[in-house]
Amino acid sequence: MTALLQVRDLRMHFPLGGIGALLSQLRGEPERVVRAVDSVSFDVRQGETLALVGESGCGKSTVARCLLRLLNPSGGSMRFGDIEIAKLDAKAVQHLRRDIQMVFQDPTASLNPRLRVSSMVEEPLMLHTDLGPAERKQRALEVLEEVGLGADLAERYPHELSGGQRQRANIARAVATNPRFVVLDEPTSALDVSLRSRAILLLEALREKHGMSYLFISHDLATVKYLASRVAVMYLGVIVETGATHEIFAKPLHPYTRALMAAVPVPDPDAKRDSFVLSGEIPSPIERHTGCRLRGRCPLAKPICAEPVPLREVAPGRQVACHMI
Amino acid sequence: MTIAAPATQTKPAGRSLVWRRIRRNPLSFGALCVIVLIILAAIFAPIVAPYDPDMPDAMAAFESVSWKHPMGTDMYGRDQLSRIIFAARVDLSVAFAATALAVAIGAIFGAMVGYAGGWIDNVAMRLVDAVMAFPAFVLAMGITAALGNSTTNVALAISITQVPAYLRLIRGEMLRVREMEYADAARTVGNPPWRIVFIHLLPNCLPPLIVQATLAMGFALLTMAALSFIGLGIKPPQAEWGVMTAEGAAQIVTGEWWLFLFPGLAIMITVLAFNLVGDGLRDFLDPRMRGIR
Repeated sequence: MTALLQVRDLRMHFPLGGIGALLSQLRGEPERVVRAVDSVSFDVRQGETLALVGESGCGKSTVARCLLRLLNPSGGSMRFGDIEIAKLDAKAVQHLRRDIQMVFQDPTASLNPRLRVSSMVEEPLMLHTDLGPAERKQRALEVLEEVGLGADLAERYPHELSGGQRQRANIARAVATNPRFVVLDEPTSALDVSLRSRAILLLEALREKHGMSYLFISHDLATVKYLASRVAVMYLGVIVETGATHEIFAKPLHPYTRALMAAVPVPDPDAKRDSFVLSGEIPSPIERHTGCRLRGRCPLAKPICAEPVPLREVAPGRQVACHMI
Repeated sequence: MTIAAPATQTKPAGRSLVWRRIRRNPLSFGALCVIVLIILAAIFAPIVAPYDPDMPDAMAAFESVSWKHPMGTDMYGRDQLSRIIFAARVDLSVAFAATALAVAIGAIFGAMVGYAGGWIDNVAMRLVDAVMAFPAFVLAMGITAALGNSTTNVALAISITQVPAYLRLIRGEMLRVREMEYADAARTVGNPPWRIVFIHLLPNCLPPLIVQATLAMGFALLTMAALSFIGLGIKPPQAEWGVMTAEGAAQIVTGEWWLFLFPGLAIMITVLAFNLVGDGLRDFLDPRMRGIR
């Protein structure tokens, strides 16, 4: 199956500002940057959900913002069909929005407080389709109905909705133009558990009905297990392991993935658990890392871990970046 | 369904909350009533005013306060109360026109430079600094002296002195809202930059602008009266509060106190009312003030 989205060697480096950066520049040192995303590659296939998991600050959201071109990546390529997203100009990026949409993490902050729900959902239709005002309204109401917001809620302002309803409104806005690809940036982390499961079911139903592909960014592994067909695990700006969801959950290979899985609480006191624990703190993303980024914290680390460690195919469809595997 | 029922009742509850908060600030509410009264008086001046403001009456010159002339008459025997009522038309409309023009220019350009950022923002802010370095009144004097003091030029001069304040205010608000997640959401949907700025972000910057504009109405009125007082504003035959105060000031030594007192009071009460309403609006629109007191 061909990939809908091919990301290769994506890099996003933020220059450090301030006096310190200026001084080191005067001393002729190389420019210091925060390596938020450092050479990330992955594919998203037609109709599948790829989960991007990792702890806070590992660069997941930065990848999403690069894909939407809310940030201009420092390097690498992002091919969407025959379009190279990284090279589009501002005008072409606007047109791309018809096919690539995003659902944000905070359902409240991502809704304009002065727009009614219906006009918010109509907006992408107005920008990307030839529908007249009445047809737009009709279509907006259909989409809202589809996500479970009735016509009585359509004329409300965001502050008149509950948290779950707001996230549904966000989802409606994202799917209004029938995009082929939707980035979900932790769409459920602001919702409580009961609303979370309903939102997940809704997202899954929408994907099946419209044949969309999702990039699902999350640190909630239970949700990932349900929603994603494949998983990419990120640590400190790089992908350390990818594979089919059930394989990664059944047998995590990379030490970081193992630690991540071991940290998930299991509601069974007698369950046999992998008690794999990392020591220490996450190193600074400002340092230039040559070898494995986990080696300072990894109980399996050997001298060879200081050597560069690319993603290697260890089984069909399974890639791991670790010298010890 | 049980959830929907209480939700539909939020509207009336919200309205009574607004009313409660207005009543908590009786001073500003009173000031608002005063402004409405003055505006109504100005609109219906021909009906409200007891005399023709420009009709001289040689027999009634320099008459003091009486039932016939509640604010006395001037040296030509014109009724002072009628002149003050008609003067409100000029004063309010010039102050309003000047403020509206300044708000429009300041909001549009402030929003654009604030959203653009970078060197555009830097250049604009240095220009604003340059204009603000002049004392506002001296600048307004200079402009009317250079362009000639027609009513339009007075409005223009006042508005030029006020543009920088709005520009800076909206630019600052823009720096805040452009980082909000709904700004990213607007970009993600595919909005062109002008729609992001004017449809999505600028409406979210308006509350402080409304407060600033209300306070500035008072200041515009004061500037205009002061310009007229020194002869660089509205020209004398026209009934205008500053002009009338200037004419009355000449009569202080001869004892016709009503000639400068009443136009001066008109200026003071109107400016004070606008300031009180502005203060009240600031408290009213500031979400941090909600639920306090």
